[in-house]
Amino acid sequence: MLRYVAGRLVQAVGVLWAAYTVSFFVLWALPSDPVSLLLGTDSSDVTPEQLAAVRHEYGYDRPLVVQYVHQLGNVLHGDLGRSVSTREPVSSLIGDALGPTVQIALAGLLLAVVLGGGLAVLATLVRRRSLQALLLSLPPLGVAIPGFWFGLVLLQWFSFRLPVFPAIGDQGFASIVLPAVTLALPTGAVIAQLLSKSLVVTLREPYVATARAKGASPVRVHLRHALRNAALPALTATGLLVGGLLGGTVVTETVFSRPGLGRLTATAVQAQDIPVVQGVVLVGALVFVLANLLVDLVYPLLDPRLERRRRSAGTRAAATRVDAVAVA
Amino acid sequence: MTDLTTLAPESAGPATHDRATELVDLVVTPPDGARHADADVAPRAARLRYVLRHLARRPGLVVAVVWLVTVLVAAVVPSVVASGDPLAGVPADKLTGPSAQHWFGTDQLGRDLYTRVVHGTGTTLHAALLAIAIGLVVGSVLGLLAGFVGGAVDAVLMRFADVLLAIPGLLLSLAVVTALGFGTVNVAIAVGTTSVASVSRILRSEVLRVRTSAYVEAARAGGSRWWRVLLVHVLPNSVGPVLVLAALELGTAILAVSSLSFLGYGAQPPQPEWGSLVAGGRDYLAGQWWLTTLPGVVIALTVLAGNRLARALDAEGNPS
Repeated sequence: MLRYVAGRLVQAVGVLWAAYTVSFFVLWALPSDPVSLLLGTDSSDVTPEQLAAVRHEYGYDRPLVVQYVHQLGNVLHGDLGRSVSTREPVSSLIGDALGPTVQIALAGLLLAVVLGGGLAVLATLVRRRSLQALLLSLPPLGVAIPGFWFGLVLLQWFSFRLPVFPAIGDQGFASIVLPAVTLALPTGAVIAQLLSKSLVVTLREPYVATARAKGASPVRVHLRHALRNAALPALTATGLLVGGLLGGTVVTETVFSRPGLGRLTATAVQAQDIPVVQGVVLVGALVFVLANLLVDLVYPLLDPRLERRRRSAGTRAAATRVDAVAVA
Repeated sequence: MTDLTTLAPESAGPATHDRATELVDLVVTPPDGARHADADVAPRAARLRYVLRHLARRPGLVVAVVWLVTVLVAAVVPSVVASGDPLAGVPADKLTGPSAQHWFGTDQLGRDLYTRVVHGTGTTLHAALLAIAIGLVVGSVLGLLAGFVGGAVDAVLMRFADVLLAIPGLLLSLAVVTALGFGTVNVAIAVGTTSVASVSRILRSEVLRVRTSAYVEAARAGGSRWWRVLLVHVLPNSVGPVLVLAALELGTAILAVSSLSFLGYGAQPPQPEWGSLVAGGRDYLAGQWWLTTLPGVVIALTVLAGNRLARALDAEGNPS
């Protein structure tokens, strides 16, 4: 078990390093010039000497590989560089933005699991064909609705027409509700699709028939026997869902004018603030890797068969992203 | 981490290609598109009856196809669907609600929203299709290389795919947009980047399956050059699941493109685009509901219809 954990940890660090490297070369090797962006649109009155001085100050005049090694060393010390537009350290910008984002992301995830899971259970439990068809048609709809539009419509109805929730600003819990619902929609829809598909397969298993034959009620068979097994494959999508949730905060925080990681990202992209964007990409990869690590560590405890199979075959970990519709 | 493809049993299968293209024939070019052996066996009338019966049992699919055809027409020849000028406004008519004259109402400059949505279709759809093409071509080249060459090349390329998958899709797109700058084409490239990894993985696994088959061995033994084996024998027989994936990606790509435009990184005003039209209504949420609601409904319906069609193609390839 210890070797398994150590292996997974090494792998996680490797993926993080590679994600940093890829994002570094995508962001720094491409044509945009951070220094002229830094000096703004009126940079025409800046002499080439001044430009070169600024380049030197930021270290942009050195070869790309030297910059890469230097920056990677800084990252290992927790230094993500400075924002090109505000000159603040990226790590403190991200640190400040993390709190509000974690709030709505956790609330959204919770909502998505409860509603998506509940929908999947209900849809596979009901007997009426028409009702079942109706319930099963909801997740594809949830996947198809653009998040930015859903957030705006929620604002329109629940902040302007019926002033239930505040439209902007931070007023505690009431301000979290609408952003969390917006984030939960696509995530919940994917959970519902994964879980209902997996439940349908599980309910055909012989052990379910055995439980039924022994007189267990349909609800008991569903919740006690089938759900536990059916939830396992859906659990492997956690990394993707959390990653998607993080991406969703960019749009959601823009719609609701909330401070946070997503808003920081949106403004950084707008200003082509490369160090900040790279920091956010690293955080995104970190969240994905941590979520997968957690699932990898918990999974063998929940499903002992996997442990046995792993011993006999030796698994190769593979991060997979299934797009929302790919599981539709 | 357990491979998620096991969760989606319809994602791969040897017969997918033939059955999928067959359905495309069925839907797009009814009985005339006879390219397959069984088409010669089945008389035309019987085949037509089969198609009609197939569709009659799926009214949702019919609606989806009709909607997609309309959207396609709007993208190619917008003036047929909406004759007005998307950029010309009548200031006296500004911010009027939906009516017989202005189906979707008008915006703050008195421009007809319906005309703008129709004329924005081309921009959005173009970017989404370009994104899929980029993902498909780049992903296929990488997947073919990895599967066909194998060894160290395979290992390096697949680790690269793992890394691309580890960065949340929208963040990856935003990084590419930051590097390349704004605009519709750059947004398309950014969105295409996110599907490179999944395409290359699926194609690689298909190539691995196909390259050991008897006919590839026969072609090799018959003296075919490696590139001929690759292009004539391996590629056509392994591309099916990838095409199904591409169909599934259309909806995702439309959503991603319009999200990036909504954030202001895509088409610049006054050029109409679906995502930026929704964004344009942000300041009028309290009074003019139609400005955000109606363009968003069009996006959602198009994505829904695209996904419905893709699922039908997928299911046809894997009857279970």
